[in-house]
Amino acid sequence: MKSFTGRTLRWEWRKGVIELILDREPANEIGTVMLAELEQFVSASAALNSETSACIISSGRKPGFSAGADLRELYHSAISAGEKERLFGVRGFLERIHAVLNAIDAAPYVTIAAVHGVCFGGGLELALACDIIVADKMARFAFPELRLGLIPGFGGIPRLKRDLGNAFVRDLLLTGRSVNATRAQAVGLVAQVAAQGEALNVARSTAAQITKFDAAARAAAKKFIKPIPHEELRREIDLFCELFGRPAVMASLKKFVESTDAMPYLP
Amino acid sequence: MRTLEQTTQEVLELASKHFQVPAGSLAPDDDFFKKLGIDSLQSLEMLSRLENHFGIELPDYEVQGVSNFRALAERIQSRL
Repeated sequence: MKSFTGRTLRWEWRKGVIELILDREPANEIGTVMLAELEQFVSASAALNSETSACIISSGRKPGFSAGADLRELYHSAISAGEKERLFGVRGFLERIHAVLNAIDAAPYVTIAAVHGVCFGGGLELALACDIIVADKMARFAFPELRLGLIPGFGGIPRLKRDLGNAFVRDLLLTGRSVNATRAQAVGLVAQVAAQGEALNVARSTAAQITKFDAAARAAAKKFIKPIPHEELRREIDLFCELFGRPAVMASLKKFVESTDAMPYLP
Repeated sequence: MRTLEQTTQEVLELASKHFQVPAGSLAPDDDFFKKLGIDSLQSLEMLSRLENHFGIELPDYEVQGVSNFRALAERIQSRL
C-alpha cells in the first residue's frame, strides 16, 4: 500500500518520501480513531522502509499541527466508566500511542514535522518523536497538561529531556505557557523556521536533500544519535495513570469540556 | 523606548492589519474578543504576531483575562 485516506489522516508515498497529513476537525485532536489510523500508518510504512528516505508529517487543518489529545473523548469515555475500567482504558490508550510514537521515533528514514499554528500537548509529543521540526513562524508550542492535574502522557517529557536543556523543559512544563517558533528555535526544539504558510514547502525541500544520502549511513547515524528513552517512557505511563486516578483530574476535564472561555487551554 | 501610547497604537495597527478590519475602527478600550469576534486559536495567532513585532515573549498567563487593547499594550510595555 502506497497511499491511504482515512477519517482523520491521509498519507502517500512518492519518490522515496511519505507525506502524512493529519486532517481531523477542529484541530487534529488525537483520539481513538486517529490513534487507530496512526497504527495503520506505522504498520504500512514499515513495509516501505527500504524504499523510503524521509517522511513529512503535517496538518491539513488551519488552526495548526495538533491541539493534542482529544480531551472531550477522554472525558466522555472516562465519565461513563467505573474507576478500574477508566484507568484500564487510559493505560491501554497510552500503551498504543507510545508504540506508535516509538515506531516513528525509531524509523530508519528521516522524519520531519512541518508545524504551523498550535502544536500543543499530544501534538507536540508527536512532533518530538520526529527527527526534525520545521515551524511556521506563527507556530506555538506548549505542554498545558498541568492545568488538568496531569503530565504529558504520550512520551513528551522523556523526549523533550532527550533533546533540550532541563531548565527550558521545566519552564514549558511547569508554567504551561506557549512559546513561539523563534523561542522554540533558540532553545533547539525547532530546527528551521519558515515564513508564514511555508513550513510544508521547507520540509519538502529538506526531505529532497535527505534523499541524496546513503540509506544505511543515514539509518546508522540516526540510531547512534537518537536513543529512545524506553525506561523513562514506561515510568511516564505509570505516573500519568497514577495522577489520572484522582478525582481532581475528572473535575478539571469537566471544566475544560464545558468551558466557554476564550483561552480554555489555560488554568 | 516606546511610550505606552506608541505601544497601544502599534497594537491597534497590528490587530487591524491581522484581522483585516479598517484602520481607525479599533480603539484602545475596545474589547477585542467582542470587536473582532476572535476565538482562542486566533488570539494565539495575534500573540505570536505581537511577540514577533515587539521582539518579546508574552506568556499566556500574563494576557489571560486581558480583553482590551490598552491593557494588552500595558502587558507588552512591561516586557519591552
